[in-house]
Amino acid sequence: MKKVTTRQEIMNCLSDAQTLMVGGFLAVGTPESLVDILVEKAVKDLTLICNDTGFPDKGTGKLIVNKQVIKLIASHIGTNPETGRQMNAGEIEVELVPQGTLAERIRCAGAGLGGVLTPTGVGTVVEKGKEIIITKGKTYILETPLFADIALIKAAKADTFGNLLYSGSARNFNPLMAMAAKLVIAEVEEIVEVGSIDPNEVMTPGIFIDKIIKA
Amino acid sequence: MATPREIVGKRVARLFENGDLVNLGIGMPTAVANYLPEGISIILHSENGFVGLGPTPPEGNQDKDIVNAGGQPVTILPYGAFFDSAMSFAIIRGGHVAATVLGALQVDEEGNLANWMIPGKMVPGMGGAMDLVAGARTVIIAMEHAAKDGSPKILKKCSLPLTGAKVADYIVTELGFMEVTAEGIVLKELAPGVTVEDIQAKTEAKLIISPDLEEMKI
Repeated sequence: MKKVTTRQEIMNCLSDAQTLMVGGFLAVGTPESLVDILVEKAVKDLTLICNDTGFPDKGTGKLIVNKQVIKLIASHIGTNPETGRQMNAGEIEVELVPQGTLAERIRCAGAGLGGVLTPTGVGTVVEKGKEIIITKGKTYILETPLFADIALIKAAKADTFGNLLYSGSARNFNPLMAMAAKLVIAEVEEIVEVGSIDPNEVMTPGIFIDKIIKA
Repeated sequence: MATPREIVGKRVARLFENGDLVNLGIGMPTAVANYLPEGISIILHSENGFVGLGPTPPEGNQDKDIVNAGGQPVTILPYGAFFDSAMSFAIIRGGHVAATVLGALQVDEEGNLANWMIPGKMVPGMGGAMDLVAGARTVIIAMEHAAKDGSPKILKKCSLPLTGAKVADYIVTELGFMEVTAEGIVLKELAPGVTVEDIQAKTEAKLIISPDLEEMKI
């Protein structure tokens, strides 16, 4: 079970029309090397699930600029003018999701739940077309799970089994996405031997991680 | 002469109780942290995944992995903690945040708030704003009273897509301090030198004048 992998092996996993999740918040905690591999392979027609589209030259914004994405599911696109331009030109379909709802939709995919009831967005355009459930006198929107073919995540450190440690606010969506995709690839700054990370300190258990590459 | 940012910042800061967990939006709301009264300290929540947000680090001491919700380098205080986005928004939605301070494009007399998009012009996305107004125990709107072109932002009914329905509790501007109630918007304090006529002239909603109307202490 060799998880530490190469650029070429990752390249072989990528194909057109896949659904991808990519971690990060304004490109902090985004696996830049993995995004660069996607840009290099130039796979097209991707569905991209991420918090925001970073900047034109940083984070998942590079995939937008390279016109590889046909559908985007994100909470914020304001820091990358190219995303707004493509949306207004009808070149990309954008589903804007409140950030906490995005996190929970990813989490419930990985946790085997059929959805989540949230008060966020009640009385706004977000509730349009969705099931509204009133329970115990409170109104909620039923938000459904988000799965992906591949999750590309970023961590500070991995052991060779894939146990992960994150640094600072670079954690964000990464642990959630690690649970919600068929194939999970972690880009890490440091790879250590099994046994050098205390099991008490592990933030994402290695069982979720399929492939590891050094940044 | 105090700037709008200073007037708003000082008044908002007096709404907090010692030890409150608070989330501050980008822009004028961020400045509130500079005006906390003596003896009041608050814990700042950063939606990208931590509590205990600290000041901007000196040049050369930035950590690439510690940024605020605007992506700017910040620090974390010794009591702070980092977590993932699900935890961050569980803290928000679960009612664990005492107050959120946000700007507004429009706010109306029912407490409806619009601050995330202008159709056809500006569609940045809602980010964490819809969760914040749904979950924080108190929603404080901190903004300049009127738009740059002078048009009112405090309306009878919001025309822009809402961030949240019936969510605003307080509105603080450089002209006054207002509370949103079931009856409408109650004007409770006027900034020094401002009259009821001045503030009403820049407000579309009909303000209810509090019987205890007083001058804002800044």
